[in-house]
Amino acid sequence: MASKEFLQDLYRTLYTIRVFETRCIQLYRQGLIKGYFHPYLGEEAIATGVCAALGKDDLIISTHRGHGHCIAKGADLKRMVAEVLGRETGYCHGRGGSMHIADLDTGNLGANGIVGGGIPIGVGAALSISLRETGQVIAIFFSDGASNNGVFAESLNLAAIWNLPAIFVLENNQYAVSTPIEESSRDPDLFGRGKGYKVESWPVDGNDVLVVHERTVKAAALCRAGKGPVLMCCKTYRQGGHHVNDPGLYMTKERLEYYSTHEPLTLCKEHMYRGGLCSEADIERIEKDVEQRMEEAIEYAKSSPEPSVEAFLAEVEQN
Amino acid sequence: MTAEQETSSCEERVIMYREALNEALREEMERDSTVFLMGEGIAQRGGSYKVTVGLLDAFGPRRVIDTPISEASFTSCGVGAAATGMRPVVEILFIDFTSLAIDQIVNQAAKYRFMTGGRGRVPMVLRTQGGSGNGLAAQHSQSLEAWYYHVPGLKVVMPATAYDAKGLLKSAIRDDDPVIFIEHKLLYMSKGHVPAEGYTIPFGQADVKRTGKDVTLVAWSGMVPRALAAAESLAAEGIDVEVVDPRTLVPLDKETILASVRKTEHVVIVQEAVRRGGVASDICSIIQEEAFDYLNAPIRVLAGKNTPIPFNLNLERLCVPQEQDIIQAVKQVRYVQ
Repeated sequence: MASKEFLQDLYRTLYTIRVFETRCIQLYRQGLIKGYFHPYLGEEAIATGVCAALGKDDLIISTHRGHGHCIAKGADLKRMVAEVLGRETGYCHGRGGSMHIADLDTGNLGANGIVGGGIPIGVGAALSISLRETGQVIAIFFSDGASNNGVFAESLNLAAIWNLPAIFVLENNQYAVSTPIEESSRDPDLFGRGKGYKVESWPVDGNDVLVVHERTVKAAALCRAGKGPVLMCCKTYRQGGHHVNDPGLYMTKERLEYYSTHEPLTLCKEHMYRGGLCSEADIERIEKDVEQRMEEAIEYAKSSPEPSVEAFLAEVEQN
Repeated sequence: MTAEQETSSCEERVIMYREALNEALREEMERDSTVFLMGEGIAQRGGSYKVTVGLLDAFGPRRVIDTPISEASFTSCGVGAAATGMRPVVEILFIDFTSLAIDQIVNQAAKYRFMTGGRGRVPMVLRTQGGSGNGLAAQHSQSLEAWYYHVPGLKVVMPATAYDAKGLLKSAIRDDDPVIFIEHKLLYMSKGHVPAEGYTIPFGQADVKRTGKDVTLVAWSGMVPRALAAAESLAAEGIDVEVVDPRTLVPLDKETILASVRKTEHVVIVQEAVRRGGVASDICSIIQEEAFDYLNAPIRVLAGKNTPIPFNLNLERLCVPQEQDIIQAVKQVRYVQ
């Protein structure tokens, strides 16, 4: 059974992602954030559960919907907000933005604006781990949409023939932009796709952070024992449209209703309350603390300078 | 060093272009344990053009890796391995097949350093080969360097001689950014002087392959031997041609080209690739902007015809600049009949 401290840590990460996305959507509406912004709302348990099962030295590679992965792997909220605001103090000095945040210090090889783009790069990192014999693993996050991209099939096969320490974390939020998974696959659970490549493949409740964590611990152990890769098909549901300006009118009422309670924070709280492990006051304390840290991050970002034009032009000259 | 090697290093050592590439790979793999090779049929088979022969025996299957026919993914494997401490040399059999991996080259490899605010590096070499002349038809004969020349974040290298092939490949492997290294299928068996001692050739240094005073002839890759042959014929007719080989298109050594133009005041740029959107046109515009006042005749761009490469050898030859075409073009800028 999970300890009180561990559950509180998980909840803290889940809630941090929730607050980051919610506050950034507000900043977007105020015109402070430009461009595309793809919230991870409703999917927080996957990043949180997976990253809690990884070590500091382990790697992840992310997607265009990547803020949750970045936070869960330990990124600094200040530098994240600064990057989505395009400021000099951001992770990529304003060059990357929401879709391209990477944090190499925490082992996050980066988000990716191309659906499926990170999958083979992650396999390459796994190959590098194997060649350098470092004992690390990599979690490769990608979506149900990306699972219909050719590089998914190629990459799963490469990782399989080379027994690479890669955990393929398929985040099945059931929509590729607006197309429901039932229209893009005969098998909407998707985990059958691993079997043809002789890859260990599991269906996972992606909204229950403890389930995700427990599965990832097992997957990482297999990978470290040279029995990788593993495909984890984590079923979840996007709370909202594809990006900030998509109202998601195509999302069905029944599912929205079901997932309004079968969602990461509610399920985690149920675990916390079970057996009187945590109180409402415990949760409130965590939430207050997270909210305060987020406000500090927003203030930091807002007061950060724009990138230097001169420095940028000097870089361009080098190309 | 064996006695045999010692003798050869004293004399002028002549080896094939493909052997020079093989030596570069071998030396860099010996020098740096993070260098490894990936590609189709490169291990047991030694590569379609025998560039990687013997490397599997020397370095084992962990450093000389045969891949499935999955260009997109094994190219990106190179990106991921490079971003995490290795120096992969990825081979794509034909430049025509790089179209299968263009997202990985253009959107991933080229932009990783930029998008990570300079923190991430992709020290990867993508070795491939292009060009026509063997009757390999439309999907195995293209010259696509302009695609990669166009994308900021990539370096583009096109060696024409065994000497350049070795020195430039060694530099490419040591470079911290992605390098598209384009060989030419007609050059693999060509021979040239390559010293036994290791050496590198820095990027962005054009090589004047022949000095002359009357016309600057800019050519790279498979067009260089043709340009040199044309220059010899023209010398017999009293036209002294200077052949400038940029060797690396990105970075481009503008200064050497412009210095030659200021001297000869006449320019022909010859490329095997189709004219439309080609590198020759870009070099032409650079000369026009920076040395217009020195020109005594319009710049002549001689390029491949705007067509897929046909199978029939007569038709194929027609589509790509030949020695006679180059001679004609040079005479044209000198207003000689």
